[in-house]
Amino acid sequence: MSDRIEILSTPLSVYDAEQFVVDLQAGGICVFSGNTRAETSSDGRELVALDYEAYADMALRQLNELAGRARERWPILKLAILHRTGRVAVGEPSVVIAVSCGHRAEAFEACRFLIDELKRDVAIWKKEVWKSGDATWVH
Amino acid sequence: MKVSIKLFAIVRDRAGVADLTLDLPAGATIAFAADLLAKKYPAIETFLPRCAFALNLEYTSISELLKDGDELAVIPPVSGG
Repeated sequence: MSDRIEILSTPLSVYDAEQFVVDLQAGGICVFSGNTRAETSSDGRELVALDYEAYADMALRQLNELAGRARERWPILKLAILHRTGRVAVGEPSVVIAVSCGHRAEAFEACRFLIDELKRDVAIWKKEVWKSGDATWVH
Repeated sequence: MKVSIKLFAIVRDRAGVADLTLDLPAGATIAFAADLLAKKYPAIETFLPRCAFALNLEYTSISELLKDGDELAVIPPVSGG
């Protein structure tokens, strides 16, 4: 199996994603980790986490199709796209993408493409969770 | 005909329900179903124009015709990653 595409409710392992795409033909492996960034709102509230929800059936279908499009454009050996649902604390990854190619240029480009496209239209949503306990949907 | 509706994120919170079934007349479009949802759940009405719609797991236009057994999802602006 040359693609690992999953939506899971448990913490993501950047190491596992990277190990999945290691290939003897791969000179370049690119790994992207999208993490919850610390933030203070303009009215002084402190962000503690992002809470993610997915329309899993549709999102998985979209991610598989996205992987197919990336493979049409670049000579990808293996790829992994992992996205979490549930609470992702500041400093933790909500999404990990790993790509292996023969050479680094394609690996960088394909990895960038996958995260940019994922953010554009995959059926996943996040809510900002503040220290006070309020939560607000991002839209 | 019966169409199952899935609501997510802010729309689900405002409607207070995640899954429901609508009984629709033959020939109903997604636009018709959306109007019906806005009437049933007035709290989502102002947000619906910002939403996309997915029919059987694929984005589709609001003018698309529905059929018995379809799954229609209201997709608020996404924010994955």
